[in-house]
Amino acid sequence: MCPMTLDRWIAAIFLVVCIVYAYTAWIVMDANLLPFERRNPVWPSTFPKILSILGIGCALWVLVTSKPQPIREDEIDHRRLGEYKTGQALALVGLMVAYAFALYPIGFIASTVVFLTAGAAILGERRLHVAVPIAAVAAFSIWYLVQEVLGIFLRPWPWFV
Amino acid sequence: MLEGILLGLSTAFSIKNLLMVVGGCLIGTFIGMLPGLGPMSIIAIMIPVAITIGDPSAALILLAGVYYGAIFGGSTSSILINAPGVASTVASSFDGYPLARQGKAGKALTVAAISSFAGGSIGAVLLMIFAPALASVALLFHSAEYFALMVVGLSAIAAFAGTGQVSKAMMMTVLGLMLATVGEAALFQAPRFTGGIMDLQSGFSFVTLAMAMFALPEAIFLVLDPKRSKTGDGGSGEIRDLRITREEGRQIAPVIARQSVQGFLIGVLPGAGATIASFLGYAVERNIASEEDKKQFGKGSIKGLAAPETANNAACTGSFVPLLTLGIPGSGTTAILLGALIALNVTPGPRLMVDEPSVFWSVIISMYLGNLVLLMLNLPLIPYIAKILSVPRNFLIPFILFFTLMGAYIGQNNATELLILVGLGVFATVLRMADFPLPPLLIGFILGAMLEDNFARSMQLYDGPAFIWERPMTAGLLVLALVLVLLPTLRARRAKAKAARQGVADGS
Repeated sequence: MCPMTLDRWIAAIFLVVCIVYAYTAWIVMDANLLPFERRNPVWPSTFPKILSILGIGCALWVLVTSKPQPIREDEIDHRRLGEYKTGQALALVGLMVAYAFALYPIGFIASTVVFLTAGAAILGERRLHVAVPIAAVAAFSIWYLVQEVLGIFLRPWPWFV
Repeated sequence: MLEGILLGLSTAFSIKNLLMVVGGCLIGTFIGMLPGLGPMSIIAIMIPVAITIGDPSAALILLAGVYYGAIFGGSTSSILINAPGVASTVASSFDGYPLARQGKAGKALTVAAISSFAGGSIGAVLLMIFAPALASVALLFHSAEYFALMVVGLSAIAAFAGTGQVSKAMMMTVLGLMLATVGEAALFQAPRFTGGIMDLQSGFSFVTLAMAMFALPEAIFLVLDPKRSKTGDGGSGEIRDLRITREEGRQIAPVIARQSVQGFLIGVLPGAGATIASFLGYAVERNIASEEDKKQFGKGSIKGLAAPETANNAACTGSFVPLLTLGIPGSGTTAILLGALIALNVTPGPRLMVDEPSVFWSVIISMYLGNLVLLMLNLPLIPYIAKILSVPRNFLIPFILFFTLMGAYIGQNNATELLILVGLGVFATVLRMADFPLPPLLIGFILGAMLEDNFARSMQLYDGPAFIWERPMTAGLLVLALVLVLLPTLRARRAKAKAARQGVADGS
């Protein structure tokens, strides 16, 4: 049995996605078609049906033919993930999610300043007296650009102001 | 054609558009110089800005300027610190970096700028000749042919993905097409595959997807491996002596002439972009060089620098041919440009020249201008622009992340979009680690809606799938698509069988 490398895992997950997609396209979607739509030669589900078959085929193709990848110096090797700064990367992803949730309640300026400062801190920046002013200047100038120049509304302050 | 050129000239020479060219080239050079940030990430980040401009010519001019600037910036960092920011400038570092090590950084940059300029300009002339001709043929196409043509384009992109990658590229293309079916389609007023989530009603946003596929994984990779953002040691110190001698000019002239045509033709093919053009250009020039010159290659030959530089710029211009005439992008970058154009209510394709001649011609004219700006403005500024290489990554990376978030937010005005962005970005990072190519996914996503519309239209016209065999051209194109996908696999198999047979014969 071939080892389950990362690309096989991805192909396997994709296969599952395709089967769910195929189930929706072949069975669920056609059920609520209106009578007059049935006379149409092409249904909303026609194209997805073709795609689902292609997708299952491709997933199986990758599953069967995939070979262990050669080690490449210039790319990240997932088999040695421990040697990289994985913690930092995860922390930054978490920070982005937190930013998405904070944007409405605490406003654009505050969340952006916190985001930029915390991001720099995660990466090892210890000079907060440098990081905070840079973040503040950037946050204000971007807000000005987006709100005043591009004309897109961004709530700058927290909800209580 | 002449009135078109004049129209383009008058549009491109307006103050606003001139500023767009200059600004785009500068921004592109600035960011393109940062190792790890390629033109696709930069264009993805710039799209929200371009879309808000509202004027399609100005937006496209800005994005094209950014594109050229990014490639030029990528060459600069390959030459100065041997850290190519872009795959297509890797070949430039073969001979460019040794030149810089010999203290000839200024000369290397000049050779690079001149060859890029020449490659881009010759490419633009060829584009001016080819595009209208192709567009007039394309006007005869029916939606069935369009459907088939897009299938050919998608399979060509998968087929050129490289050995062992065809299946993965195909899988990514299909995944992109599937993502495109989420939300409401043009011909049917019912949401599909949304899973009941209201925010997916209008489908995935193209800007979000582009950011998630290119900018975010790059940034995460930069975090994971600090070595990727290495900013060199001393190489970028003093840049002097930008001049080249007449003798050197005579040496690189034939290289430029050959490579701009070859690069352009490679760029026109879907899937084979600037990267392949630059490597192939380097290889070809090394093979046909005289014995004496051949020894110089890899050790600081100006021919070896001029070849990939010319070829990659000509190929970038060439990749605009299928985009502008058929509306089919051949590379990730042109796919992003296509998405931006659609967002601006311009449909690229054969009718673009008839319906929006000012867009078409002003883009071509501004390609010349972009090349000129790069040559005249950027070259003297390079020593100063190179200072950006000393921005500490502690600040750089949070800013890149912030700009991707902002881009997704501006497009949709919706905080859920940010979560979708992060989710897709993490997913794309994993895909990249497993060596799945991401451009096919984005191209599939962008072509998905058009592919389905044309398919549905032909199905309705022929009351069934009869158009596939009743229209010879459609059938021919579809067969071609099938051959393109199967050929690399068959050839690999035959090579393996041959190797096995030889192994038996040798008794080993």
